[in-house]
Amino acid sequence: MKLRHIALKNILRRKAKSGFVLAGLVVGVATVVGIITYVEAMTADINHKLEKYGANILVVPHTDQLSLSYGGLSLGGVSFDMRELSEASVARIHEIKNNRNLAAVGPVALGAVEIGGQRVLLAGVDFKVAPVLKPWWQVDGRLPGVGEVMLGHDAARILQLSVGDPVEVAGRPLAVSGVLAATGSQDDQILFTTLGQAQTVLGKEGQVSMVEVAALCEACPIEEMTRQISGVLPGARVMGIQQVVKGRMETLHQFQRFSYGISAVMLFIGGLVVLVTLMGNVRERTEEIGIFRAIGFRQRHVMAVVFMEAGLVSAVAGVLGFVLGVGGAWLGLWLRGAGHRPAVGMAPELFCGAVLIAVVVGLCASAYPARMAARMDPNQALRAL
Amino acid sequence: MSYLVADRLTKTYGTADAEVVALNRVGFEIAAGEFVAVMGESGSGKSTLLSILGAMNAPSEGTLFVDDIDVYQLPIERQADFRREYLGFVFQHFHLVPYLTVLENVMLPLVTTRFRAARKHAMAQEALAWVGLADKVGRLPAEVSGGEKERVALARAIVNNPPVLLADEPTGSLDSRTSGEVMTLLQNLNQGGTTIVMVTHSEACATYAERVLRLADGRLVDADPGDAGGALHPGKPLQVVAGLSA
Repeated sequence: MKLRHIALKNILRRKAKSGFVLAGLVVGVATVVGIITYVEAMTADINHKLEKYGANILVVPHTDQLSLSYGGLSLGGVSFDMRELSEASVARIHEIKNNRNLAAVGPVALGAVEIGGQRVLLAGVDFKVAPVLKPWWQVDGRLPGVGEVMLGHDAARILQLSVGDPVEVAGRPLAVSGVLAATGSQDDQILFTTLGQAQTVLGKEGQVSMVEVAALCEACPIEEMTRQISGVLPGARVMGIQQVVKGRMETLHQFQRFSYGISAVMLFIGGLVVLVTLMGNVRERTEEIGIFRAIGFRQRHVMAVVFMEAGLVSAVAGVLGFVLGVGGAWLGLWLRGAGHRPAVGMAPELFCGAVLIAVVVGLCASAYPARMAARMDPNQALRAL
Repeated sequence: MSYLVADRLTKTYGTADAEVVALNRVGFEIAAGEFVAVMGESGSGKSTLLSILGAMNAPSEGTLFVDDIDVYQLPIERQADFRREYLGFVFQHFHLVPYLTVLENVMLPLVTTRFRAARKHAMAQEALAWVGLADKVGRLPAEVSGGEKERVALARAIVNNPPVLLADEPTGSLDSRTSGEVMTLLQNLNQGGTTIVMVTHSEACATYAERVLRLADGRLVDADPGDAGGALHPGKPLQVVAGLSA
């Protein structure tokens, strides 16, 4: 028999009081776990939605261009020193520190071409990353390959072209492989083709006009990503679509701060429950502790018994609190209703954290009762005779 | 040669205005292997004396030497070691831990020792066999009779073979037949070399003892108090009995 057997047997003997301590800690831990899980699921959800927005960073060459637009009416631009980015420099984007957060990098070659007497914007894009950068695209037909173009919805209407029609672009015979469904964006008025083909047609071999980047901002703020890309492309201007990201993240962070405050209060209350219950336990066990001391238990042995009891109950509370917290978060997200329902994960690190928090709170709260028990005068046992 | 030497033991409670003298300059010597009974009226100081002899109640004045160890000069944790290694206690109301089995109660003094589990088990079973309860090991205290509880308490007191056994009214809660059985066990234990100090009200029980110390109003009235001052016992460090220290 060892000290831990005494602790375990006493827990089993005082089921109601052990249960009360357990419940106090479970509520605290479940609150913390539930909030963390909920916030993480919401963060993942926001990131998932942001990814749906496609590119959230634009990389364009530095230019001395003055925009001539007023009241939403664009009058065209005057370019004094239009530069292009080299394809080789675009590859350097993958060398940034947070390159794991790059979901997609899509170089674009842009230029005007003439089709049937109409000037149209031709965009050469990398169609391998198009599903990430333009997730809203719906193509009637298919994405273009070599010798093919895809038309925006308005471009197809104005040029009176449909899937399968031949079209001559800058004197080159090409075929229409697909037509985009209306997007409500500038894409409706553009001709799309492969990057290489556009570079050839536009006479921009090895050059790109801009780069669209989709960054995952869960582990890295968008400002940091733009700063890192600027670092590897000093000749380019890097712009983050910050408003959307900042606004939603700020709301989430405010909720996070508030929730963590609530969690701290719940844990404090859980600790008080442990403290008060264990103090009552120690008082009830005066005679028993006196006997332990009388037969040669050192003060530290008595403290160890109290700490073991608190530690065992706290560890169980950590496990139950984790399960309840994750379950509560899942329920909360389920009740949240329609739309994308974020996945609730059983993260091992959160499980370990929950058990650790429960044990630390339990042990801290039991320190005073343990000290009280250890300092009990063994003579009290004899006085009780 | 004296094994236990109490010199001018005095215990007072309360402040100077309302001071109660529980024990007043009590002194005596007990030889190794002696069986001594302590008798006296209620409030005469018997229990106070026993708690002082048990290293649990420091005297206001005076000294206690056991095996040449100045008990109350030991640090508080070493006093616990001293109790574990030198003393066994038998209480009038048994004071068994209700949620532990008979065997586990007997093993309690061994819990903090370095003995292996199998040895602790064997020692406890041996002690229980000695008091005639080998077949009750798995029972809870509530499931055995009063006489059996007293024998469990006795087994717990002797499980680590202490040189001194302190017993406070060991038959106080028992009928005469069971009392006789318990006293016989104590006598056998004493014949095996254990020093026994027993507080009792019973003259019949006192007849088992070789010597009786009588207390009245905190003073020793019927024994040679001797004068074994500290000068005769300069003290020695507490020797650790192999395996017993935690």
